[in-house]
Parts: sequence; structure tokens; C-alpha cells
Amino acid sequence: MIYLELFWTFFRIGLFTFGGGYAMLPLIQSEVLAHGWMSLEDIVNFVAVSESTPGPFAVNIATYVGRITAGVGGAACATLGVVLPSFAVILIVAKFYGKFRNSRAVEGAMSGLRPAVVGLIAAALLSIGREVFAVPPGASWAQAGVSAGIFIAIAVLAFQKKHPVLLIGLSAVAGVAAGYALGL
Amino acid sequence: MEKDGRKKRGICLELFMTFGKIGLFTFGGGYAMIPLIQREAGENKRWISEGELLDVVAIAESTPGPIAINAATFVGGKVAGVGGAACATLGMVLPSFLIILGVSYLLQAFRSVRAVRYAFWGIRAGVLALILKALWTLFRQCKKRWFEIAVMVLAFAAVALGRVSAIPVILACGLLGVAHSRTGREKR
Repeated sequence: MIYLELFWTFFRIGLFTFGGGYAMLPLIQSEVLAHGWMSLEDIVNFVAVSESTPGPFAVNIATYVGRITAGVGGAACATLGVVLPSFAVILIVAKFYGKFRNSRAVEGAMSGLRPAVVGLIAAALLSIGREVFAVPPGASWAQAGVSAGIFIAIAVLAFQKKHPVLLIGLSAVAGVAAGYALGL
Repeated sequence: MEKDGRKKRGICLELFMTFGKIGLFTFGGGYAMIPLIQREAGENKRWISEGELLDVVAIAESTPGPIAINAATFVGGKVAGVGGAACATLGMVLPSFLIILGVSYLLQAFRSVRAVRYAFWGIRAGVLALILKALWTLFRQCKKRWFEIAVMVLAFAAVALGRVSAIPVILACGLLGVAHSRTGREKR
């Protein structure tokens, strides 16, 4: 019943993600980690893979998690699950979208959801930061130092609106260079 | 009837191909996709006007799921009903699906290679910076009256300190928003 579990988990993720992209990260983190389908490290790695391949993050991560847990069939179930809520909601909303857009309830819900997403991403940033800067037992502090250097450099470039794929490429090069230099 | 069915199948194929192209050539998804949809579905195929596209973006912001899926479903539905919506959405999803399937095998095959391990070690620090940037962008776009600030802090604390999972927090904050907008209206 892994297929059903994948479908249902990604259905919920699809249903409760507002904004797409990084807004999905907190949900992926709590749902996928809880199932033990991926480690936090692998999730962060996959964010980079998704940024460098076509298509929305939602579809990419659903396909990936489904594939590594239950093969191609699992990938199909997870992807169907993540897509279905948006698909159904848009079909319904499209029929009377004038009413939907001017609805007080929708506006009200969004006024709570937008700041909630900010708070949730901040929490995700914190836990991922802990993971990135963690010094494993026996490892040298130089490792955390290199991570901090890459983080600061890439943050500066990101705020200058450089393309994410370029930034991921740069951090990969820096990681390889530092890795061999430190002989990790 | 026969002819009608064939015509519908033709439109479905066209929707599938057009959104397949859009799905294949958009990196990162989200807003990066809007200009491409504008050109392919708007200017080339005339399925959707500029005003309607703006409506779709507005709707996508307040409905769940990625904007790419929302837009594909909307355009497909408008052109050819539920079947059209399914064709357009399938077209949008299929390229990523196939590419990620391929990538997943590559990742598994190369993940233990030393250089790849180092590369991902560097990449994780880079991704952290990208998340910070995304957080800053969303924070800037969000209104910052006392209510929004309170919700931000509450959502953060619930997950970071309280170990609550994301879905109940999102549900609660949506309901808080509805409740708050009601009490605000009564005061007015």
C-alpha cells in the first residue's frame, strides 16, 4: 500500500501549498521526513537538482520521492497526488472566478496564509542551516567554515539577482575544490 | 458526432504539445513560466487573452499548488473542458516527470563518487542561501501589520520550537485570517 501512502501524502502536500516553489519546502520537510522517505540532507540536495531541471518543484520532488521509494509506479502515484488538488480546485474556481476573487473569505484566508508561509520558511531555513553547518564528530571546524564562506558568497550573489542555476554551479565548484583541498 | 470527436482529440493533442513545450523549457517553475505561457498559449494559439492570464496568476496565488499546473488546467479547461484541462496538465507534468525519473537513476549511481559528494556539500550551503533569498522576497511582499507579524512569529514558533508539522499550522493560520478579517469588518 506504499502507492496509496505516496498518493495521499503528496495529495495533502499539494492541497496545502500556497505559492508553490519554496513555499512547499516546509511541507516536504515535515511530511517526507516523517515517513523516512528522504533525509534532510537529500531534500536540500534535491532542491538544487530541481532548480537545475525543467518544471515545477512540486512535480519534481513528487516524482523523485515516488521513484526512490516505490519505482516508476510510485513516481506516478506521488505526482498524480501532488497535481490533483490544484487541478480540481482550478476546474471549480474557473467556473465562477469573479466571485472567487472578490470573496471576503478567500481574501481573509490568504491574509493568514501569506505570513504563515513566511514563518514556515523561516523555520525550514533554521533547521536546514543547522544541518548544513553541523560539524560531525571527529571532523574539523574548517568544514563548517567552508560552508559558511559558500553560504555568504552565494547569498550576496543571490541578492544581486544572479540566476539560481549559476549559483548552484558555483557552490558545486567551491565544494569540490574545498573538499579536495581539505582532504575530507 | 464522429467529426466532433476527432476535432476534440486534435485540440487535446495540441494542448498537450503546447504545454509540454512550456513544461520542458521552464527552469525553476513559478513566475518564470508566465512569459512563456503568454507567448505560446496567448499570442500563438490565442487560447487566452492577456487579461485572462493576469486573472489566472491572481487565482493561482490564492489556490493551492504550483502556478504552472494552475495555469495549464485553467487554459485547457477554457479551451476544451475537463478533457482539455487534463491534456494540458499532463503535457505540463510529463517532461519534468520523465527528466526526474532519469535524474533519479543518475543520482543513485553517482552519489557515492567523491567529487559528487563534495559538490553536493558545497551545493547545500548554496541552497541555504537561495532559501534565505526566497524568504526575504516573500517577507518583503507580505503586509506587515501587527496581525501578519503575529502570524509569522506564531507559525515559526509552532514548527521550530513546538515541533508541530506544517499542515495543521497552515490550516490554523488560514482560519485565523478568516476570523481576523471578520472581526475587522465588524469594527468598520
